[in-house]
Amino acid sequence: MTRAALAILLVLLLGSAARAERLIVSVSNHRVTVTPNYSGEELVLFGSVEKEASSPADRKTYDLVVTVMGPRADMVTRRKERTFGIWINTDYRQFLEVPSYLALFANRSFEAITSPEIARRQQIGLNNVLLTQRVSGDYADVVPNDVFRSAFIRLRTQRGLYREDPSAVTFLTPTLFRTGIPLPAEVPIGTYEVEIKLFSDGAFIGKTETAFEIVKVGFEQFVATTARQNGLIYGLVTAAMALMTGWMASIVFRKD
Amino acid sequence: MQLYLPIADLPVNVFLVLAMGAAVGFVSGMFGIGGGFLMTPLLIFIGITPAVAVASVASHIAASSFSGALAYWRRRAIDPALASVLLCGGVTGTALGVWTFTQLRALGQLDLMIALSYVVLLGTVGSLMFSEGLRALMRTRRGAVPPRRTHNWIHGLPLKMRFKRSKIYLSVIPIVIVGIMIGFIGAIMGIGGGFILVPIMIYLLRVPTSTVIGTSMVLTLVTMLFATLLHAVTNHLVDAVLALILMVGGVTGAQFGARAGQKIRGEQLRLLLGLLILSVGVRFAIELVIRPDDLFTIRELGVSG
Repeated sequence: MTRAALAILLVLLLGSAARAERLIVSVSNHRVTVTPNYSGEELVLFGSVEKEASSPADRKTYDLVVTVMGPRADMVTRRKERTFGIWINTDYRQFLEVPSYLALFANRSFEAITSPEIARRQQIGLNNVLLTQRVSGDYADVVPNDVFRSAFIRLRTQRGLYREDPSAVTFLTPTLFRTGIPLPAEVPIGTYEVEIKLFSDGAFIGKTETAFEIVKVGFEQFVATTARQNGLIYGLVTAAMALMTGWMASIVFRKD
Repeated sequence: MQLYLPIADLPVNVFLVLAMGAAVGFVSGMFGIGGGFLMTPLLIFIGITPAVAVASVASHIAASSFSGALAYWRRRAIDPALASVLLCGGVTGTALGVWTFTQLRALGQLDLMIALSYVVLLGTVGSLMFSEGLRALMRTRRGAVPPRRTHNWIHGLPLKMRFKRSKIYLSVIPIVIVGIMIGFIGAIMGIGGGFILVPIMIYLLRVPTSTVIGTSMVLTLVTMLFATLLHAVTNHLVDAVLALILMVGGVTGAQFGARAGQKIRGEQLRLLLGLLILSVGVRFAIELVIRPDDLFTIRELGVSG
């Protein structure tokens, strides 16, 4: 009963606070074009915290957490075990609709920004982001130190597709901020959502959202798209290409 | 020069892949084989996933066997009747192979099965070929005559058919079975199967050496074309850019290899080939036994929504 009352109070407080500050953000480019010789680039997110008349006058410092999420996909993580002397994939977990790209940036360490309780609710930090798993028919996220979950995050981080940087957001003035969003060469194409969450003195006081799109152009992308969408035509063309190459070779190198 | 492979999702050096194609082409021209059993492992070792390697090498083998088959056709060294019976089995085997490939991939056991098949098949064929080559070498050194070929139980099977160009009278049952087998393992392992097919046809089916290589090339050509098509339709794993680089390197290398092969004696060739096949098998066996760097792997099941 008291907990429910507290929750309602909290919601009311948060609601009123959220109206008190306004976040204005923009990314340097809303449409990133990836060409075949693209080797990764950095997108820049700019923004400012606008104080309004209703903002408490004593509120001076702000903290920001920026979450960038790429298009969602289902993924499988498998674990190898030694069976009969050889290494075999034995166990697996399916991750459902998890972001293919995930980056979390802040101006200082997540622990310093807010309490573990709020961090969990607001999904601050790779350990707190919701990654739904299918565990024998059930759908749930598991504890952060679950072996499959941590292996999944580790492997995605190795490829540069998941990252966490608590010093990437810099405040140029007490209210004006910027952060770089690194996009490695193998970024998945699609729509990316950017969520900017504002904290002050450990409390969550508001958020805003923006988005950008990544498109790949060029011959390679054309090949990849055709292979996925028109498998039959793609296969026929490849087979014809093989025959052409073989025939050309037999003409060029004909001995008689 | 770096090039991004669209399906393998990997940047590679064009000249490295071209050189690999040429090297494998040289070896395949020298021994008169397709070279898939060398090409697929090499691609896996440079970081291309086994699934993409198997699917892309199929089209590469199709190209090299087509240029080979054309040359044998001009010399009338292909038995069309024998080839069509083999193809009945080959096409069925390929379809079965691609279906199994898809099932294994969904179960997450494809990479393991590819590695295991390589160990078992190459280990067996390699040691057989090596010991046979060694024995033949000893015989010629001692000046003994090779044992005369005799008919075996296969020639007692029903449904016999006359193959005019090969001048043999043989049941179609073993031929279709051999076709199914070669098509099946070819689709799963990314090999043409010539290095297994040719010995089987010579020692088991008693096909004369004049038509054996040309006819086996026709089987390789059709099964590999069909495998390319099926892999492209069902698994979307054929990397055409990768395949094209391999083909160009492969057909060029094969020409020089063929010339080099004519200078080496048959027994020595078989000995070398046996050793080569055996070492690829051993390489796969080591990979299976040592602890992998990372016990976990991720596979994307495609973008949802």
